[in-house]
Amino acid sequence: MHLSDFQIGYKRLDFLTCPGGRLILRARRRAEARDDRVTLLASAMKPAPFKYIAASSLEHALALKAQHGDDAKFLAGGQSLIPAMNFRLARPAIIIDINEIGGLAGIRPRAGAVGVGPLTRYRALQRDTSFAELFPLIREALPHIAHPQIRNRGTIGGNLSHADPASEFPAIALALRARFRVQSAKRERWIDASNFFAGALTTDLRPDEMLVEIELPSPKPRTGACFMEIARRRGDFAIAGIAAMVTLGERDECAEVRLALCGVGETPVDASSAADGLIGQAPSEPAIREATASLQGMIEPSGNVHATADYQRHVAGVLAERALMTACQRVQDGH
Amino acid sequence: MDTDRHEVALSVNGIRYTRHIESRLLLSDFLRHDLGLAGTHVGCEHGVCGACTVLLDGQPVRSCLMLAVQANGHEISTVEGLAGKNGAYHPLQQAMHDHHGLQCGYCTPGILMTMTAFLDENASPSEDEIREALSGNLCRCTGYQNIVDAVMTAAMRMRG
Repeated sequence: MHLSDFQIGYKRLDFLTCPGGRLILRARRRAEARDDRVTLLASAMKPAPFKYIAASSLEHALALKAQHGDDAKFLAGGQSLIPAMNFRLARPAIIIDINEIGGLAGIRPRAGAVGVGPLTRYRALQRDTSFAELFPLIREALPHIAHPQIRNRGTIGGNLSHADPASEFPAIALALRARFRVQSAKRERWIDASNFFAGALTTDLRPDEMLVEIELPSPKPRTGACFMEIARRRGDFAIAGIAAMVTLGERDECAEVRLALCGVGETPVDASSAADGLIGQAPSEPAIREATASLQGMIEPSGNVHATADYQRHVAGVLAERALMTACQRVQDGH
Repeated sequence: MDTDRHEVALSVNGIRYTRHIESRLLLSDFLRHDLGLAGTHVGCEHGVCGACTVLLDGQPVRSCLMLAVQANGHEISTVEGLAGKNGAYHPLQQAMHDHHGLQCGYCTPGILMTMTAFLDENASPSEDEIREALSGNLCRCTGYQNIVDAVMTAAMRMRG
């Protein structure tokens, strides 16, 4: 039952307790039938009022954002924005819907990289088999991102711009050394993933800018990837999650290691430097354990209702060890 | 206060509707209050429970996480459209009935919409795949086992 239903029910109950209330109610019911419906509809609104504009083109969307700045929010998949609006935690004055703009979604392979449009939905990444083969890290992470219904709607650009530090994709973008093309009505610039996430739900995007492309560099040859996370329930935000990529050299020594974590800080955490000692070395168990211990010292999880900070740090270490071992094994196994 | 209203034209279960609605009206509330299609249930209203799942152009989505104005020009399917014209149950509805896949029934419309779309794409799903597909729909009565059994049976019957 909605609160609104309850309130209307209560009003009727009030009538019934009055002398002759039933007769009054019967007479008023007819008169109020229309009003009641209006009341019901008005009180059934969860989000606070806003002005809705369906942008017809990227230029239109950027012009609107230039005009309204922080008063306006872009609406992409809406899987984080709409819940925040339903709770009235977010009360944007203007919603610029970008869903009907052609060309904002899509996966565009080019030399040495793949460009992903911001309106590309998780589901599209899951269904594109050549994309999934090129980025096994993303293929492995996608099933952990919420649920099928949310993956059908949620977008990559929306996710990254929302910048939830517990979310998987920001950490993946760090691990892959993604670059973001952002655009305003006046200019265009590129931001490295490492400079994009400024804090919890905060990015380097200016009030007049939109993330218009995510460039993912193709992994080098002999690179193994692994994504792991531990969550209380399938699809929940993780207690800790890790994206690991290991590139091995000709003698099976570690040439490059990328490590990025989600859920253990105010931003996604690039912990690649924890593995500096592995570079040039064979990925032996003791060497990996040393890197893992170093990683645990680098993070400052805040703890939450499901896990203390110590437990999050413990989980991050266990996952890092497993993910590094698995990534190395995958290179050696040839996938 | 001035309300921001828009005209929407959309198709729900194959029927065309045109309505003049406020922009902040959620698709779930639009279906229930404006169109009277109260089979779409509303549970958490922030995208966790899955009770409000409908199909948007054939794909399951949370109708509480979409504005009704965004459905303009799109096709929506709800639980009311599942049964055949003669009232015959969809094979999954029949299997849910046969396997006692519901108790209070509150989550059932969302589960039916999620899993009928799943079965359309996966004719022979494994039990694990079914559980994964079900992960976005909360049921507090059944413990899920009977729902999984029902989906397995429906898949078998639909393969013929």
